[in-house]
Amino acid sequence: MFNTASTTPEKILQMFAALLLFAAVMGVILFIAGRFGGKRGDKVVAYLYLLPAVLLLTVGLVYPGLRTIYQSFFDAAGSSFIGFDNYSTIFSDKDQLTVLRNTVFWVVVTPFVATAIGLVYAILVDKSRFESVAKALIFLPMSISFVAAGVIWKFVYEYRPDQGNVKQIGLVNQLIVWLGGKPIQLLIETPLNTFLLIIVMIWIQAGFAMTILSAAIKAIPDDIIEAARLDGVNAWSMFRKITLPSVQPTVVVVLTTIGIGTLKVFDIVRTMTGGNFETSVIANEFYRQTFNADNQGLGAALAVLLFVLVIPIVIYNIRSLRRSEAS
Amino acid sequence: MFGQPTSPRIRAALAGTLSAGLVFGLAACGGGDDDSASTDASASAIDCAPYTKFGDIKGKTVTIYTGIVTPEDTPHIESYKPFETCTGATIKYEGDKSFETQVLVRARAGNPPDLAIVPQPGLVKQLVSTGKAVAAPTEVSDNVDKNWDKAWKAYTTIDGKFYGAPLGASVKSLVWYSPAEFKEKGYTVPTTLDELKALSDKIAADGNKPWCAGIASGDATGWPVTDWVEDMVLRTSSPETYDKWVSHEIPFNAPEVAAAFDAAGGYLKNDAYVNGGLGDVKSIATTTFQDAGLKILEGQCSLHRQASFYAANFEKGTKVAEDGDVFAFYLPGKDANSKPVLGAGEFVVAFADRPEVKAFQTYLSSDVWANTKAKLSSGWVTANKGLDQANLTNPIDKLAGGILLDPNATFRFDGSDMMPAAVGSDAFWKQSTAWITGQDTKTTVDNIEKAWPK
Repeated sequence: MFNTASTTPEKILQMFAALLLFAAVMGVILFIAGRFGGKRGDKVVAYLYLLPAVLLLTVGLVYPGLRTIYQSFFDAAGSSFIGFDNYSTIFSDKDQLTVLRNTVFWVVVTPFVATAIGLVYAILVDKSRFESVAKALIFLPMSISFVAAGVIWKFVYEYRPDQGNVKQIGLVNQLIVWLGGKPIQLLIETPLNTFLLIIVMIWIQAGFAMTILSAAIKAIPDDIIEAARLDGVNAWSMFRKITLPSVQPTVVVVLTTIGIGTLKVFDIVRTMTGGNFETSVIANEFYRQTFNADNQGLGAALAVLLFVLVIPIVIYNIRSLRRSEAS
Repeated sequence: MFGQPTSPRIRAALAGTLSAGLVFGLAACGGGDDDSASTDASASAIDCAPYTKFGDIKGKTVTIYTGIVTPEDTPHIESYKPFETCTGATIKYEGDKSFETQVLVRARAGNPPDLAIVPQPGLVKQLVSTGKAVAAPTEVSDNVDKNWDKAWKAYTTIDGKFYGAPLGASVKSLVWYSPAEFKEKGYTVPTTLDELKALSDKIAADGNKPWCAGIASGDATGWPVTDWVEDMVLRTSSPETYDKWVSHEIPFNAPEVAAAFDAAGGYLKNDAYVNGGLGDVKSIATTTFQDAGLKILEGQCSLHRQASFYAANFEKGTKVAEDGDVFAFYLPGKDANSKPVLGAGEFVVAFADRPEVKAFQTYLSSDVWANTKAKLSSGWVTANKGLDQANLTNPIDKLAGGILLDPNATFRFDGSDMMPAAVGSDAFWKQSTAWITGQDTKTTVDNIEKAWPK
């Protein structure tokens, strides 16, 4: 039963066994909870209900997290303690510095551009005749997985040489050729290639920004807008003085949410360049060091670094989310 | 790298699987169905004596775990039939695309299969270091002594103990070309490195780019360059230097290795030679290894260096034969007398020493099995000396088999498969890719040397 299932019936059987186990555990908890009554009982029941979640978080998140931090102080084989050497490698090795530089590019560019595009788009299509169609169009990329987006854009950037009767199959290079230029090997030119990958992320995230911001814009009370109109403000002042301040908490949430996603970006880089041609980012390098290079220590250190970078944004994100919900 | 035709893709797929869903991985990763139902009559009766001496194993089961999945698994399963018929034991075959990581997970977790077909000596070493692998029985060891070149035995002999009998083998020192084009333009198959160069020059002088190459392969991008360099170390230096280089007795940035890089660069980084129909030198880095050689059929290039498994990449209906649309010739040695061969292969590692497991291991290491398997499959060869080459059916298998079993040939296993992972599956690939896109040889070999684990 606890062996690796190799046939389909075995897998289905395992799935049912897991469901039964879940039901059994819940049953026991509910049974015990039912034995308690009164005010003190409520508290016990609450703790009992929390127990499975806390247990799973401990096993699945806290323990591996601590273990990763511990591992990051060890060498490639995980056998001897080397202190902060892995961290100093990250901040001194030439390749690792390129990784950090690229991550900075990603985090600085993606959230702001994606949010800006989303905001402008949301305002432009707001209450227009084609609003739903226009929104659906920009939202569509959201429904595609990062890997699929990477594959699609790889075709967009595809290069064919300017040689004999060879035809371009990539959109960008075809446009360049139509304009009289020579095809460029887009994914090889550094640092251009990193920005070309960033465009993919923006393409995906702009829809997300637009949807959330559009909802926030619609939530602006009509009386404020009417009052402003009566005061005779122009479109720009309306945006600067009414719309932007009203949706500001949402903007922060959107920025930070995209920021977190961007820091962890992996699929796009892996699919499109595999981290070659100086396009690697922290998450990709972490994977590569751990699984390809068999350097557990450096892999763990990169994971910890990513964790440390994400944490403040997550905290800020949750705070602003609460604030925007409260207002 | 990569003895199996699907290996690079397996890697990529496996990596994706790992990153996406480790959570339910155990349940979800299992691969193809075991034990196909077909009972082919082609499984001829065999002499059972070598296996009955392990005792009565009727009704016993042996599990075998591999990365070989549909459709290549069918001839494997079929080739076990004679053994099953004569001993009454059952072989349970399990193919899994994520074999390479899962086998380690299973060994470490104490749930290993009885036998595993491992495609890299490096992985055999890792498995042995888990403490779960069992040394091969004397019968297997004797079979290997009898049927295989002694170099093969050394690949899986760890601390004096022999663990894995070799199973299949592949040839990497091949150059694909169009026999029709050669005939039409009067080119001849070269027999020395100098002749290869002269041929390339001649094709270039005729106004064509002679070579096409591609090294893109997901996160394994760069591996075809490592094969080029390995082939060149064997040719510009010697097999002995090659061994020292692989075992790091000489540093990666030794002059011999740098010279091999430059020799490979004479083709790969030569604008007059590459990249037929694909662009300039840099385009090698973004062309997938699967696509590059197809340009031969389109008449855009004439030569493409790639292993025997590349035959599977041509469209159905392409005639792969000496008188067909496309075929391969042996990448010649320095002179006509030296015949270094770069190749790869897979090994059978045991995790149990029950009599039925030992009996089956013995069967797999025998020439009887090698011939049974050869008759059943197409696109498969072995370096088992007991193989009757008449049993190989398709022309490219015949060519590869002939090269592997040539007594004058010096076989060497793919070096990047034997180097530590930090080099063999990371720095060597990454730096070779950078080398193609413009990095000079010295920086490249220095960087790889720096990555070698201390």
